[in-house]
Amino acid sequence: MSLNQALHLVLYEGAGAEALTPQSRLAAMTTLLDRGYAVSRTNGDIALVQNRHTVVMVLGQFANGNLPPVQQPGVTIRFQDISGLDGAQLAAQVEAFRAETSSPKHGEWKPWFPVIDYDRCTNCMQCLSFCLFGVYGVDTNQRIQVQNHDNCKTNCPACSRVCPEAAIMFPKYKAGPINGDVVSDADLQREKMKIDISALLGGDVYQMLRERSERAKSRFSKERDADKALKERQKCLVKLAQSGEIPAEVLMALPSPEEIQRRAQEAKAKAEAALAKQ
Amino acid sequence: MSAAPRILYCNCTYAQVVSKEVKEAVLRKLCESGVAFEAVADLCEMSARKDPSLQRFSNCGKLKIAACYPRAVKWLFSSANAALPLDQTEVLNMRVQSAEEVCSAINNLEIQPNLPAGKAAVPPANELPAAAAVA
Repeated sequence: MSLNQALHLVLYEGAGAEALTPQSRLAAMTTLLDRGYAVSRTNGDIALVQNRHTVVMVLGQFANGNLPPVQQPGVTIRFQDISGLDGAQLAAQVEAFRAETSSPKHGEWKPWFPVIDYDRCTNCMQCLSFCLFGVYGVDTNQRIQVQNHDNCKTNCPACSRVCPEAAIMFPKYKAGPINGDVVSDADLQREKMKIDISALLGGDVYQMLRERSERAKSRFSKERDADKALKERQKCLVKLAQSGEIPAEVLMALPSPEEIQRRAQEAKAKAEAALAKQ
Repeated sequence: MSAAPRILYCNCTYAQVVSKEVKEAVLRKLCESGVAFEAVADLCEMSARKDPSLQRFSNCGKLKIAACYPRAVKWLFSSANAALPLDQTEVLNMRVQSAEEVCSAINNLEIQPNLPAGKAAVPPANELPAAAAVA
């Protein structure tokens, strides 16, 4: 995850610039937001805007040549006259400045990752021991936190399903309470039931997957039929996808059973170590 | 006279979970109104990037945010080390509210703080006060 300061855009309509029509203001805003930029719309107060960002592009109708005064050390700022530019031309000007200033590019990653509600979280570490992709870790106080957002598998809300307190949100998920909607008692009962069912089945879905794979492996070692083995694994994965709303592509992308086992043990050890230090 | 709240609009650019009609109508109304406002492509992305802008928003005083669920917004800011002040933040939820409701709330200069404070849960319907009274 790039921590570079993002390019910030200012749609400026204060002194020295002509006001935009509401239609052209909306068109400019839409063009820029759709390309992932943040935009401040201001009639003045440009000093405040400058203080808040280190790379700023000020967009406005400066056809009369009266640019607002700029005196802000440490701020890379450019004024861009947008008179007569259409959406594509505006986007091209902004993109050129972004590249020139090495500001992060937007839209290369769908921001899908867990968000922890610490009002609800009990630091039980179930999410840490469940996730095979190293999304979770602990801070210096042994508190669970999301450390590797990029590792999270897009559209997979599986870890939120194992949280007994419904404390894990995915704001872009379709339904509550995972999307951040208020948690109801009924939701909590449902979450608890899921854990119980999982326990009755012999553990979490990865555990189920491992056991299923092991059973399949012993059968296939006798049969020596690689095609059957693959079909068996796929069948198992499809079942898991159907039962847990885990996207099939996520399950299909899981590593080998041996690697799953290694990662699961690693995650479990991390969780146990964190719990021991609490 | 107290200062008008700042307005922050999230376009939720990288997902289709907020109704396009509502998003577009709210943005159009903001553009037509002529008020100063901040628009961001996606608060989730900014949170993951720990964009320093989030800290500045959280420190700006009264703030109205047109985005999604207040609980999600609260913790998106928090995870970027930008805890929002509970008494000065109002979140308008474009996933469930109409554009008219969101715009009306934005135009109201008073803040109706609505970030969840603590571990709130909605009790089952049969335990709600109205149901209890009927029973």
